[in-house]
Amino acid sequence: MVTVTINGKLVKATDGEMLLTLLRREKIDIPALCQHDAVEPYGACRLCMVEITKPEWKGWSDYVTSCLYPVADGLIVHTHSPIVIELRKTILDLMLARNPQTPLVQKLAADYGVMKTSYQEVPEPNDCILCGLCTRICDTMGFKAISAVNRGHGKEIAPPLKQAPPDCVGCLACALNCPTKYIKFTDNGTTRVIWEKSFQLIKDAKTGQPTITREFADYLIAHRNIQADYFDINDESHRKETALNMGKIAQWQREEQS
Amino acid sequence: MTRLQKEYTQKQAAYPHKVIVCCGTGCLANGARKIVDAFEKILSERKVKDFSVEAVKETGCHGFCEQGPLVVIEPEGIFYTRVKAKDVPAIVEKSIEGREIIDSLLYADPTNGHKIEHYPDVKFFSHQKRIALRNLGKIAANSIYEYIAVDGYQALAKVLLQMTPDQVIDQISKSELRGRGGGGFPAGKKWRTCRDVKSDVHYVICNGDEGDPGAFMDRSIMEGDPHAVLEGMMIAAFAVGARQGYIYVREEYPLAVIHLQKAISDCREVGLLGANILGTDFTFDVRIARGAGAFVCGESSALMKSVAGEVGEPRAKYVRSVVKGLYDQPTVLNNVETYANVPLIIRHGADWFRKIGSPKNTGTKVFSLVGKVRNTGLIEVEMGTTLREIIFDIGGGIIDGRPFKAVQTGGPSGGCLPSSKLDLPVDFDSLTAVGSMMGSGGMIVMDDKTCMVDVARYFLHFLVAESCGKCTPCREGLYQLHALTEKVCNGEGTEADLEKMEQLSKMVVVGSLCGLGKSGPNPLMSTIQYFRDEYLAHIRDKRCPAGVCRALIKYEVIEDKCTGCVACITACAYNAITGEKKKPHFIHQDKCEKCGACVAVCKHDAILVS
Ligand SMILES: Cc1cc2nc3c(=O)[nH]c(=O)nc-3n(C[C@H](O)[C@H](O)[C@H](O)COP(=O)(O)O)c2cc1C
Ligand code: SF4
Ligand code: SF4
Ligand code: SF4
Ligand code: SF4
Ligand code: SF4
Ligand code: FES
Ligand code: FES
Repeated sequence: MVTVTINGKLVKATDGEMLLTLLRREKIDIPALCQHDAVEPYGACRLCMVEITKPEWKGWSDYVTSCLYPVADGLIVHTHSPIVIELRKTILDLMLARNPQTPLVQKLAADYGVMKTSYQEVPEPNDCILCGLCTRICDTMGFKAISAVNRGHGKEIAPPLKQAPPDCVGCLACALNCPTKYIKFTDNGTTRVIWEKSFQLIKDAKTGQPTITREFADYLIAHRNIQADYFDINDESHRKETALNMGKIAQWQREEQS
Repeated sequence: MTRLQKEYTQKQAAYPHKVIVCCGTGCLANGARKIVDAFEKILSERKVKDFSVEAVKETGCHGFCEQGPLVVIEPEGIFYTRVKAKDVPAIVEKSIEGREIIDSLLYADPTNGHKIEHYPDVKFFSHQKRIALRNLGKIAANSIYEYIAVDGYQALAKVLLQMTPDQVIDQISKSELRGRGGGGFPAGKKWRTCRDVKSDVHYVICNGDEGDPGAFMDRSIMEGDPHAVLEGMMIAAFAVGARQGYIYVREEYPLAVIHLQKAISDCREVGLLGANILGTDFTFDVRIARGAGAFVCGESSALMKSVAGEVGEPRAKYVRSVVKGLYDQPTVLNNVETYANVPLIIRHGADWFRKIGSPKNTGTKVFSLVGKVRNTGLIEVEMGTTLREIIFDIGGGIIDGRPFKAVQTGGPSGGCLPSSKLDLPVDFDSLTAVGSMMGSGGMIVMDDKTCMVDVARYFLHFLVAESCGKCTPCREGLYQLHALTEKVCNGEGTEADLEKMEQLSKMVVVGSLCGLGKSGPNPLMSTIQYFRDEYLAHIRDKRCPAGVCRALIKYEVIEDKCTGCVACITACAYNAITGEKKKPHFIHQDKCEKCGACVAVCKHDAILVS
């Protein structure tokens, strides 16, 4: 255990845990758009930056992203110092120039008093905040189907060569975790379309309800040690079956005891 | 090795005369290869006394490419510039057989027109102090024997046979050698931290990315003296306990790759790389990693990702790469020039090195001096040499005798310094203190025809494209800073915009993830700091004092000067000029596209840009 001072208050923390985790535990509200528990911290949005110092730094302080800064004993943290607030305000102002219509950005910016960007709106604004969550989640799942293309201000999220990504299995992990709902998909229960790639859904043989895409099922069966017929029935049927089995087991146990 | 050296020196001694042909990229582009061929042809056809084909040396860049191709005749030190293949017979006949100097091939001092016969008398060279560039232009770049003949690999032998890793690190620390790749971090400290990290595997990497446009110091060293880099890396590897090294070279440097590759295989052949080097238990090997040529790949964490075959995007470094670098192992990353300094420090000792340069900024620095100076090229000077000495003594002053306006140091993310800073000693700390930086050593000299707002706009444009785009302040912030400079250049800027630029610049510096964003606003901040008047002229008076920003300038004929020669009418593609022969001409503003063609052709300076 280590002791950290946050905004003047002494708190206990685990050595090496990320500062943002601690701030969240302390119910301190700071925006953090590129952070997600499913993936490694990335440090790209820069909204979670805080000011840190230590007594031995002789008055010098540093600005770090709390999402990937490991807590250490004696750390003194200011989450809302003037520069930190100005920084977040500037970043949100800049984001609004790129994402003027994005509710999430609008709301955060408003929290920091920015109602409209003070910069030049970019020529073709959209909803992507380039947090990189979609690509990192897709990587973590093991697919690496999409990535960022181009550098600098022209960076965007896209499948390779802007064509239906060969490695995508249609799991929707990217779209469902996109904080701005920028990634579009359709799903009518039979066919799912994402990244302009179309997938057939496996149907539960008994109920006719959809489970997951054939490609995703094949992947999980091959790489995750899952039974080959597992996805032939949907979750609900699985649950029913499990309940039935549990019931049977309970019954056997009762019979054994009696 | 002493035996190799002896044998080779004896062989060389058979030919007291040598002809040195620069075969650096610059001279090759101007036909150096043909010159070598011509020498070889003539020498093999004719029997020249004391002179054989083997006496023709193809060296690396002397740094004076602008005057190339260069030929030097040793031991007299006769220095010929702008040599062509057809000059070769005359050179052999007159200067080699006859000891006669060919006047027309001599270099003329641009300040007074005097012809200079001997290499050491050229001011461009005589004001320099060459340590990292010690062998460039002297030894054949592609021969390990040439390197050994000038005491190459002696430092390695000393380290392996007489020193412990700790002693090596002590020497480097004591020399106070600071990394030449930009930040100026003490090399000894870096090596020690790396060595102290407990791990089975350590790596050393050489940063040969050199992303700064127009800079070519690292390229020249890799091409012209590859063994110096290798020897430096081997010593570092011994010191930190690494068995594998990588040299990261950008794709645009094919000759550097070829020469390094040859140097590596020659080393393997004579037992300087591989297992049990020089019969000791030191084992080390080097591989070349090729970069795709993104500026940001020069940044250490991005570079290591790129070496590992991933996308070169920087990561936040709360754990430094010396501790967790390539493949998460402790890694020493140093610049090409840094490594090239190492063998000499070991050979001559830390105290020798410390006497060169200034306190806390020891040694020399290589710069690529370009822009509006008379002598452009690659130079190496002691740290602490003033900007004035570099620009006016070595550089020979400003072209056409125009006034000096500013010098940009430190590459695209460096700063611009005005004439009041000309007496500033050039070193890491002095440059940083005035809002610029050393960077990897780019130096661009500008005259009064340069618009400083335009300069800031240009560098921001480069950085917006070269940013990796990962983090918001850099990606969006530099973009908006660039947009604001455009606004000013177009005459649409306001004083509020100027304040906005300053405020946003500060935030980009604080908020960005890596050095690119953190130093990206430098060109802008330094030009606002030192040339605020010029920004205000654009904003308040809608005027570009240097006559560069197209939206704000006007081309007009000065009636008194115009002779009516009609040259401009022919040059103007927009039919914007009318006038009769021998009478003053007139430019119609509504048609003028401000292309500047008329100014270029007018021999009477009769067109005023305002
Ligand atoms: C955007 C960026 C680009 C860089 N490019 C280079 C480069 O081209 N060459 C280089 O040696 N160092 C470059 N650096 C500095 C390296 O990150 C690193 O500090 C250096 O290679 C370490 O070597 P040194 O200590 O010998 O200077 C760059 C840094 C940044 C932030
Ligand atoms: S698409 Fe969504 S998840 Fe992906 S980078 Fe953009 S905002 Fe983030
Ligand atoms: S839907 Fe495709 S792109 Fe998205 S996470 Fe799944 S595999 Fe990756
Ligand atoms: S500062 Fe610029 S180059 Fe560096 S990580 Fe951020 S976006 Fe990429
Ligand atoms: S600046 Fe160009 S367009 Fe204008 S008058 Fe001269 S030549 Fe013609
Ligand atoms: S080129 Fe110069 S001197 Fe000749 S007509 Fe044009 S403005 Fe006059
Ligand atoms: S959440 Fe920390 S930088 Fe984005
Ligand atoms: S290439 Fe010959 S002097 Fe530079």
